[in-house]
Amino acid sequence: MTKFKHPQILLASNLKDGEVVFLGHNGWEKDFRLARIAKSQEEAQILETIGKTDYSANIIVDVYLTDVEITDEGAPRPLHYREKMRIKGPSVRLDLGKQACGAPDEH
Amino acid sequence: MALISNGEFVVDDWRRLADEEALPDKGKIIVSYERLDSALKARGANGDIGVIINNTLEIDKLTPVIAKLGLIAIAFPSFADGRGFSLARLIRRTGYRGELRASGRLLADQYTHALGCGFDTVEIPDDLAQRQNETQWRSARRTHQRTYQRGYISSGSILDSRRKAAQ
Amino acid sequence: MSINNFNTLSRINSPRTTYQYDEFDKDFVRERVAEFREQVRRRLDGSLTEEEFRPFRLMNGLYLQLHAYMLRVAIPYGTLTSQQMRRLAEIADRWDKGYGHFTTRQNLQYNWPKLIDTPDILEALAEVDMHAIQTSGNCIRNVTADHFAGVAADEIEDPRPTAEFLRQWSSAHPEFSFLPRKFKIAVTGATHDRAATLAHDIGLRLVKNASGDVGYSVIIGGGLGRSPFIGKVIREYVPRAELLAYLEAIMRVYNRYGRRDNKYKARIKILVHEKGIETIRAAVEKEFAAMDYTAFQQDPQEFKRVAASFAPPPYETLPSESSKLAKARLETPAFDHFVSVNVSKHKIAGYAIVTVSLKPISGIPGDATSHQMRVLADACDRFGFGELRVSHEQNIILPHVKKDDLFALWQTLDAADLATANAGLVSDIISCPGLDYCSLATARSIPIAQAISQRFSDMARQRRIGKLGIKISGCINACGHHHIGAIGVLGLEKKGQESYQITLGGDPGFSASIGEILGPGVSADQVPEVIEHLVDFYLAERHESEAFIDTWRRLGHARFKDVLRREGEDGADI
Repeated sequence: MTKFKHPQILLASNLKDGEVVFLGHNGWEKDFRLARIAKSQEEAQILETIGKTDYSANIIVDVYLTDVEITDEGAPRPLHYREKMRIKGPSVRLDLGKQACGAPDEH
Repeated sequence: MALISNGEFVVDDWRRLADEEALPDKGKIIVSYERLDSALKARGANGDIGVIINNTLEIDKLTPVIAKLGLIAIAFPSFADGRGFSLARLIRRTGYRGELRASGRLLADQYTHALGCGFDTVEIPDDLAQRQNETQWRSARRTHQRTYQRGYISSGSILDSRRKAAQ
Repeated sequence: MSINNFNTLSRINSPRTTYQYDEFDKDFVRERVAEFREQVRRRLDGSLTEEEFRPFRLMNGLYLQLHAYMLRVAIPYGTLTSQQMRRLAEIADRWDKGYGHFTTRQNLQYNWPKLIDTPDILEALAEVDMHAIQTSGNCIRNVTADHFAGVAADEIEDPRPTAEFLRQWSSAHPEFSFLPRKFKIAVTGATHDRAATLAHDIGLRLVKNASGDVGYSVIIGGGLGRSPFIGKVIREYVPRAELLAYLEAIMRVYNRYGRRDNKYKARIKILVHEKGIETIRAAVEKEFAAMDYTAFQQDPQEFKRVAASFAPPPYETLPSESSKLAKARLETPAFDHFVSVNVSKHKIAGYAIVTVSLKPISGIPGDATSHQMRVLADACDRFGFGELRVSHEQNIILPHVKKDDLFALWQTLDAADLATANAGLVSDIISCPGLDYCSLATARSIPIAQAISQRFSDMARQRRIGKLGIKISGCINACGHHHIGAIGVLGLEKKGQESYQITLGGDPGFSASIGEILGPGVSADQVPEVIEHLVDFYLAERHESEAFIDTWRRLGHARFKDVLRREGEDGADI
């Protein structure tokens, strides 16, 4: 297992509709700001276990942890540009995806 | 393992012989390819010997003895590995008429592919048989009523039907 | 479910000039829809795990992408009726977000469908003789063909009856649905290769033998992706009647011996490369000789039946020149440019082939709104016998327009932002969706295309530059065909940033070649500038009417590399 370097959140896609979801404190959330942040290897493993269970229960697919930093407001912000894209929507169609429904422009 | 024949889960009257097991005097047994020659020598050619082969076996390794075999099982290492389908075609092309069995994690969704290529039976692990039960295999048999290919076993070749309709 | 309440009736006087499903074809597609509906149900109830479901989902064109599922609909050999185009628009509005993306393989992609809606979408497609069968997965993919098929002046035979034959033969094949990797076939019947046959797993070219019989030259082992290869001829001539049998032999050899230990080495191009074309040829010929191919023999009656459905539309007898056209060109310079750039020679006097560019300046290459789809459907009903084509350059073609009607058509297109006069020019950029949509992508490609397009927005300058193909891929899988672009751009990740590698000298045609890397990767905002320097150098050095690729071939790669080095030293900002 790779060394734990940054806080992490768990993201996945909803099986039924493909929407990107984040594991929060009360289940899967569409808004990344509600994501539960793992601040240690142990916490990350707990998230992963929940992810595996829900994957086996055919609720979500393509589940994985991603590194984030924590903003001043305490919200997670993905470090990699791929996940930055996933929390918003296509950069060439700002009218579509999560960014169209009021998710903040987090740059 | 569960054995599917004609869309039903059936009792297997063949027994897979582990390599360390002694060859019994009678009964239908399936041996590994490595053991095939000695098993045939010991038992003669009464159709009670079957063999399980890898999907990479060259067909000419089998042709000298193929007429003596009562069963050929082709191992599917994964359901996504389609080599067994081509090997089945080559085996049928030799004129082999014994049982041809697909053995591995084949899915019900591949049943008509297997039947089309000449397999008679499919043998799957129990955990898979629990998720994909007999009902699913039974209905899977009817999912490809219309097929475009010719020379494959199918209930309704479109080209043949067209030709018939044109007559 | 029925969506007959939609307005889908095509104009009654539109003849069908493409393959029309008979009851058997309809049954087949309906059966596939029913099967997928059941598979979705079994996925949701856990009978199928995601690993098990995945290949079946893909074989029905459904991917899981960055933001949502994506559905890839087949437009076999790129031919589409107005009625089918209207249905694509309806689906975009009802189940997606009002647009679609035309791809480099004559497919249309919806970016936002839900898994649970997909069976309904497939049913709506089946109602107009369309499907998404085998637009993905490790099977024989949608068969593509020259988008000028049947109307090109340089054609030996229309490749579409052959492609339709292959579509049927490859659909739900019992033996070849679980291949080592995907398998793409393209067919051309012309003397100019508009179908990139040398960049496919199998490329077929219609040829005539010494006695004048039409058959096929068979090319195998071409492909782009991680390791690009130009295809090699495996057989110079296969008679028509033996084509399916011969292909069956190739497929069997590939299915048995193609590598399965490494996904990146599993395409037939690697098998051909590792074993050598001679070995593969011998293996195929051996299998071909051993086959009892009477069963596969192409039925001449059946071929005739299929070919008849591609009969030419009822053309009028017209003079080859149109005074109406000449007058309009004189009066309207923008239209005149459109005609010189986007209109091609038709084999019938008085008619023309019109390319509708889906590359407006700064637009998203290949995207069309549902409104634009309807405009195109109406336009081809009015001006083009109800028929459209989709090109691998991600444009739409109206294949038979009277020269007299060109001006009226242009006005219609212009009103819907569909009259960009840049077909084949520097802003007619091929681009994959890249990281804006695709989960495989390592970098974005659409914004790069938009920035280049913006940089060259002066249309007069574009016309001065002339034909120049820029192709952009957002990852090594090369859906944007960057290897065969005169200028190719490949988006990669370098140290956590998007980085772009530029290649020069790619060629998709009969003289196909793979582009050579220009130098180290550059950042997104440097790409337009680098390309501009290359183009300026070409303009300064080219001989009269010499294409970019020819100047590059004449001067050599090193001279172009020098341009960048020099610019890098002089201009501190590069």
